[in-house]
Amino acid sequence: MLVTAGLFAAMFVAGGVRYEGFATGQIVLNVFIDNGFLLVVAVGLTFVILTGGIDLSVGAVVALSTMVSASLLQAGWPWWAVIALVLAMGVVLGGGMGAIIHFFGIQPFIVTLAGMFLARGLCYTIGTDSIPITDPAFTAFAQTRIDLFADLWISPSVLIAVAVVLVAAYVLHYTRFGRAVYATGGSEQSALLMGLPVARTKITVYTVSGLCSALGGVLLAFYMLSGYGLHAVGMELDAIAAVVIGGTLLTGGSGYLLGTVLGVLVLGLIQTVISFEGTLSSWWTKIFIGALLLVFILLQRLMSRRGA
Amino acid sequence: MRRLLWPLLALAALLLLNVAFTDGFLSIQIKDGHLYGSLIDILRFGAPLILVSLGMTLVIATGGIDLSVGSVVAISGALACLQISEDASVFTAVALALGLCLALGAWNGFLVAGIGIQPIIATLILMVAGRGLAQLITDGQIITVNSPAYKLIGGGYWLTLPFGILVVAAIWAVTAFLTRRLALGLVIEAVGGNPVASRLAGIDARRVTVMAYTACALCAGIAGLMISSNVSSADGNNAGLWIELDAILAVVIGGTSLTGGRFSLTGTVLGALIIQTLTTTIYSIGVPPETTLLFKALVVTTVCLLQSPAFRAKVFHRRPRPAPKAAAEEKVKVTA
Repeated sequence: MLVTAGLFAAMFVAGGVRYEGFATGQIVLNVFIDNGFLLVVAVGLTFVILTGGIDLSVGAVVALSTMVSASLLQAGWPWWAVIALVLAMGVVLGGGMGAIIHFFGIQPFIVTLAGMFLARGLCYTIGTDSIPITDPAFTAFAQTRIDLFADLWISPSVLIAVAVVLVAAYVLHYTRFGRAVYATGGSEQSALLMGLPVARTKITVYTVSGLCSALGGVLLAFYMLSGYGLHAVGMELDAIAAVVIGGTLLTGGSGYLLGTVLGVLVLGLIQTVISFEGTLSSWWTKIFIGALLLVFILLQRLMSRRGA
Repeated sequence: MRRLLWPLLALAALLLLNVAFTDGFLSIQIKDGHLYGSLIDILRFGAPLILVSLGMTLVIATGGIDLSVGSVVAISGALACLQISEDASVFTAVALALGLCLALGAWNGFLVAGIGIQPIIATLILMVAGRGLAQLITDGQIITVNSPAYKLIGGGYWLTLPFGILVVAAIWAVTAFLTRRLALGLVIEAVGGNPVASRLAGIDARRVTVMAYTACALCAGIAGLMISSNVSSADGNNAGLWIELDAILAVVIGGTSLTGGRFSLTGTVLGALIIQTLTTTIYSIGVPPETTLLFKALVVTTVCLLQSPAFRAKVFHRRPRPAPKAAAEEKVKVTA
């Protein structure tokens, strides 16, 4: 995690030296504004990965949330009912996948893959076109600027994302459930023998991930002001990359939520740097993310070897 | 053979459904010396998926997984089309593309076996970076080529049959021979079942793993050539998108266990055919094609539940068969 923080600082300083107008507070805030939804999704995924599982359905659930919100708003539902329903849907989807994974002993990989197909399929069943959102409450959320000191501003989505991070960090590091998550990821057998509620923990982490994805979808709907089945394609990979870059071990049992936040920031900063560079094409983003993933996984390997 | 029963029944049911809904579904005609018909179309359009799934079977049999096949498909098509558009001969273009795929596969294998990274993550790197690489090769454009010789690979005919089907049949035959007539299949299953034990038994587990990933990338590369040759163009962004998921699905439907240690090539081919037939069925019986994904979700869930010993025990009130249970326990002990 120190490495990630160092990398973030180094990239920021290098950017500041190289480009004019880069080293301002607003650039960091913009990264938050543009990646608030990814942050929320990655937080949910951190829970799952800490137990040693994986959730491939997050991107599809995000898309489904935008689609459901947009179509219900179009049908004249009030905004609070829409948001409540979408969040409930995320909980049901996540909880369902968690239950199948635990009770029938099927690999999380394949169950969440099915969940991904299901959610994307539902998107296309609702509609194949992009549905615009014109609801006043949603547009107000999208356009509000909350001024901080000295010309800095953030969007309400950032506040929600930061609140999610704080709540999640508290739950993970200061509650019984959080300890159970780490214990299950460290060794499911030992956790079971210690009398920890492994079944409840495993199902809950997938539910948390489903809820976070749905909330991420609502934030994306604020950001894009539309619902579309092709929103957030490949987002599960960005989220996994952010968690890994943040130093969480994919085998489970070790990692911090703050690391995930830094991981998302690094990903966001890569995009910013590439857009500042101008001459570099957008596909370099993917190559950089791939290279970064490789470096961080190699680092993880080295560290865990030294520990052993 | 018992584990091939369910996939076979599923395929038969899907085909019957088609016969009921579409007139002349089973008829195969000869026009201009080529075979035509719905069944031939299923085989022809399913050829790339079958190839990728065959490679994926080998990787999954060693207890791994390869997420990068979709990107490899895109890279191979992109490189071949770029070479051809720069007036290289088709032979050089194909050789270069497949050579690069071999290198990419060996890289995956090196990360998994040499460094010991989890397969999902090791291949995730190439999956993300590979898409970028494919777009880098094509410069973000869609390269179109006009080469009859290249067109043959994916869209041409030879001996009245679509060339793609012949390629798939040949690779299937070679793989089946290598794994079922030689000791290679046994070695792969040993590595997948228990890498430590297989190493103690004198098997070079690392070399077997690297070989499986290389073979998988080669299959994906050939599939990439087929896909790009069928449309005479290379699209770094969309070629082979999500094919890794379909391939994994095909392998699972075919009865290969995702935990490794046993595999069925015939099952995989059946699985890939089921997926392709499902897609065709959805088009032909008039269900909106957008719902294809919903059906796939349903199929994956059903197949996985049927294969899960816990589900069988709960639903059919049968005790899990002793043999797989013993194997599972053995595995837990080693990892714990």
